Amino acid sequence: MKRIIPMWIAIIGGFAMMLSSFVPLAESAGEMFADVFNVVAAIAFVLGAGSLAKQHLEKLSRRDAGWGYSIITLGSFLITLFIGLGKIGIHPNEQFPQAAYSGSNEMEGSAFGWIYEYMITPLTSTMFALLAFFVASAAFRAFRAKNTEAILLLVTAFIVLLGRTFAGVVLTGWFPDWASGLRLENLSIYVMQVFNTAGNRAIMIGIALGVAATGLRILFGIDRSWLGGGDA
Amino acid sequence: MRITHKIPRRIVTNQSCKRVAAFVFMLMCCAGAFAFETRGDGSAPIAPTARIVVAQNTSTPPQESATSTLVAVSATPARPLFNSEKTALLLWIVFIGAAVTVSVWLAKSGRPIRIRRIAALEAVDNAVGRATEMGRSILFVPGIQDMDNIQTVAGLTMLGRVAKTAAEYDATIEVPTCRSLVMEAARDTVRASYLSAGRADGFSADRITYITDDQFGYVAHVVGSMVREKPATCFYMGCFFAESLIFAETGNAIGAIQIAGTAESSQLPFFVAACDYTLIGEEFFAASAYLSGEPAQLGTLRGQDVGKFAVVVLIALGVLASTILVMAPSAAAVGWFLDVLQKVLGG
Amino acid sequence: MSGGNFNNTNASARPWFERLDRIDRRWIFLLMFLAVSGPILWIGVTGKTLPEAPTLAARAVFQEIDQLPAHSLVLISFDYDPASAGELQPMATSLVRQCAAKNLRMVFIALWPLGNQVAQQTIQDVIGDDYPALKEGDDFVNMGYQAGNEAVMKLLLTDFAKAFPKDSRGEATSNIPMLKDVKMVSDFPLLISVSAGYPGSKEWVQYVISAYNEKMNFVTGCTGVSAPQLYPYFPQQIAGLLGAIKGAAEYESMVNESLAVDGVATAPKYLQAQRRMGPQLVAHLLMVGLIIVGNVIFFARKRRGAA
Repeated sequence: MKRIIPMWIAIIGGFAMMLSSFVPLAESAGEMFADVFNVVAAIAFVLGAGSLAKQHLEKLSRRDAGWGYSIITLGSFLITLFIGLGKIGIHPNEQFPQAAYSGSNEMEGSAFGWIYEYMITPLTSTMFALLAFFVASAAFRAFRAKNTEAILLLVTAFIVLLGRTFAGVVLTGWFPDWASGLRLENLSIYVMQVFNTAGNRAIMIGIALGVAATGLRILFGIDRSWLGGGDA
Repeated sequence: MRITHKIPRRIVTNQSCKRVAAFVFMLMCCAGAFAFETRGDGSAPIAPTARIVVAQNTSTPPQESATSTLVAVSATPARPLFNSEKTALLLWIVFIGAAVTVSVWLAKSGRPIRIRRIAALEAVDNAVGRATEMGRSILFVPGIQDMDNIQTVAGLTMLGRVAKTAAEYDATIEVPTCRSLVMEAARDTVRASYLSAGRADGFSADRITYITDDQFGYVAHVVGSMVREKPATCFYMGCFFAESLIFAETGNAIGAIQIAGTAESSQLPFFVAACDYTLIGEEFFAASAYLSGEPAQLGTLRGQDVGKFAVVVLIALGVLASTILVMAPSAAAVGWFLDVLQKVLGG
Repeated sequence: MSGGNFNNTNASARPWFERLDRIDRRWIFLLMFLAVSGPILWIGVTGKTLPEAPTLAARAVFQEIDQLPAHSLVLISFDYDPASAGELQPMATSLVRQCAAKNLRMVFIALWPLGNQVAQQTIQDVIGDDYPALKEGDDFVNMGYQAGNEAVMKLLLTDFAKAFPKDSRGEATSNIPMLKDVKMVSDFPLLISVSAGYPGSKEWVQYVISAYNEKMNFVTGCTGVSAPQLYPYFPQQIAGLLGAIKGAAEYESMVNESLAVDGVATAPKYLQAQRRMGPQLVAHLLMVGLIIVGNVIFFARKRRGAA
C-alpha cells in the first residue's frame, strides 16, 4: 500500500497534466496538481528544517568536530527566521498604514534586506566566482591532445577563447575582407551557430526522447524503482 | 548486453489488466475534472450560448432575445474542446507512446533486445567496491532540483540501485539533498534498498540530510564535506547547474572516482572533462532500465530509439528537400513536402 | 591528483614536466586571481575599456527594442539571483536603460526568489536615478516574485492577473493603470528575459513563445554556459540573444552610443560590461597558456615514455 498509493497519485497526476496541455477546459486541473505540488513542497520544508536542526543539535550535543559551525548554522537559521517572520525593521505599506505588518520583507532599510545585501549577495557571488579558478585548473589538467577528437576540441577551444575577446581582433582583425570568415571573432560565431547548434540540437532531441520514455515508464507503472525497494 | 527471455506468450496478464484498469480510471478522473469545469460554477470559462442569454431575458421569444441580447452582451469566445494548434504534438506523443508500448510488448513476448554497453553503469559496482576496500564513504548527490524535475526522479532511481549495491558491500552512503521533498524520497528509497538487500540494520536516516534550498549554500556544504570526509566514490546524478564543475574539480582534488549523469546540456562538458565516467543525456534516463535488466524497461529504450530513428529520417528528408529547393526553386512538389513537414513538426 | 609536496626531498630528481604536472593547483588559482584583478585595477585607474564590435545577435536585441513605438508594453523577467549578477547585471541595467529612454512601459516580474531584489535594485539604479519622471503604475510597475516556475508561465498564457494578482507594493493588478488592457502575456509585443538557468529563457521559449510565435517577440540575455543551448532557437523563437558578458558588453556599447550626450561622460554603472572585458581577455589568455603548457607536458611525457 505504501508504494501503490504514491504510484497511483503519480499516474493520475501525470496523465491529468498531460491532458491539460491539450484540452483547454482541463487546464485548471493541471494547474491544481501543480499547486498541490507547491503546497506539499512547502510543507516538506518544515521536515527539512527539522532535519537540519536535529542534525546540528546532535553535533552540538556530542561536541563532534566542527560543532562551532553548527552553532553558527543554527544561530543564522533562527535569527533569519525571527527577522523574516517578525518583519523586523519594516514599515507598514503606504497603502495600508494602519496594518503594522503590511510592509514587504524586501523593503529598503529592512533587516531582511540587510541580510540579503550584506550576507547572501557576497557569499553567493563568491561561490559562483570559484568557477573561474576551477575552470583554470580543469583546463590545465584535462585538456590534453590524446586523440583526434581531443585535438578538435582544443582547436575549437582556442578559437572560442580568443575569438570572444579583443585578442581575436588583434590576431586576425587585419585579414582582408575576402578572408573575413577566417577572423577569429567570426569563426567563433560560426562555431557557435553551426557546430554547437547542431550538437546541442542532437543532444536536446535525445534528452527529450529520454524524458518522454522515462515519463511513460513512470506513468505506466513499469518503472517503480523510484519508489524504492526493487521493482516489485 | 543481449537479453533473451523465455517468457510464456500470454499477453493478457493480471499485470496488463491492472494497467488497463488504471488507464480507464485515470480517464474517468480526468473526465470528472473536465465535467467539473463545465458545470458552470461562475468561475469556469463557459461560452455564453443563446440558451443562457435567453435565461436572463425571459420576456421575449427565444430567437429575438438571442439576437438582441447577443448584440448587447459582449461575447466571450468559447474555449474549444481540443487545442488544435497542438495536434502535431499530440500525434508525436501518440507515436512515441505507441512505439514504447509495442516495444515493451515485444520484449515481454521474448524477443531479444540488444543494448550497447554503457561504461558508466558498468563501473558502478567497481566504484562501490572501491569505497568498501578503502573504508571510505560513497557520496551521492541527486541534483539541486525538486521532485517535480524528471532528472531528480531519475537520479533517485539510480540512488536506489547504488544504495542496494552499497548495502550488499557494506559501504556507507551519504546523500546530502537540496530540497526537503528529495530528502524524504531519498530516505524512503535508501531504506527500501537496504531492506531488499537484507541489511536493514545498516540503514541510517541521518546520512540522508537536507542542507539548504540555496544553490551555493548547498554547494559550499557538500564541497566542504568532500574535502573533510574524502569519500572514495562520488555520484552526481540529477539536475545540476553552475555547481557541476565545483563538485567535479573538488572530487578530482580528493582523488575520488566520479560518476556523473545529467540531462543539462550546459553542464555536460564540465562533467565530461572532470569526471571519470559521464552519462550523457538519454543515457542517464536509460540507466534505471539498463541496471534493472527487466524486459519491460529495456523495451522502453527500444521504443525511444524508434522515436529517434523517425526524427533522423525526417531530418534527412528535410535537409534533402531544402537542398533540392535551393538548387531548383521551381520544384513545387518539394516545396509542398516541406510545408507538410513543417506542419507535422508543429511549426 | 595534484597536491603540494614541499617536503619531498626527491622532488628535484623528477623531470621538469613531472614537477610541473604535479604543481599545486593553488598556484594556478593565484595566476587566475592576478589575471583578473590586474586588469580590474588598471581599468579602475585609467578608465579605459576595449572597443566592442557588436555581433548580429546583440544587434538584434538592440533593434528589437529600438523599433518599438513609444509607450509600447514590455515584459521584463528577472530570472537570476545575486550569484549571477556579475555576468547578468550589466545587461539588465542596459536593457532597462534603453527601454526607459525609449519611453516604453515596463512591467517587471521575477521567477526566481531573489530575482525581485535584483529587479528592485535595477529599477532604483536606472529609473530612480536617471529617469525620475517615470511614474510607477503608469510608466513602469514591478509585479514582484511569483513561485511556480513554468506553472507561472503557463498561467501567463491565459490570465496575467491570475499569475500576478498584485504588484510588489500590494496594489491589485486591476487597479494599475498601465495594466488595464493586459489580459495575457501575448498583449506584450516584446518579452525580455535575463536568465541564469531554470526557470529561464529556455522555459520561456518552450511554454510561451512556442504558443505565441507570431504575436510577440522575445529577446534574452543569459550566462555563458546557457548560451550554447539557446543558439538553436536563434533567430526564430529568440529574436535577439546576449550571451555572457561579451554579449552584454556589445549591447552596452550600442546603448551607450545611442544615448551618448556630447561632453558628458557615460556613468560608470553603464560601463560595467565593457570594463569586465579586460579581465576576461587576460583570463582567457591565461587559460590558453595553461592548455598549451598542459599539452607540452603531455607530449614531453609521451616522448619520454616512448624513449
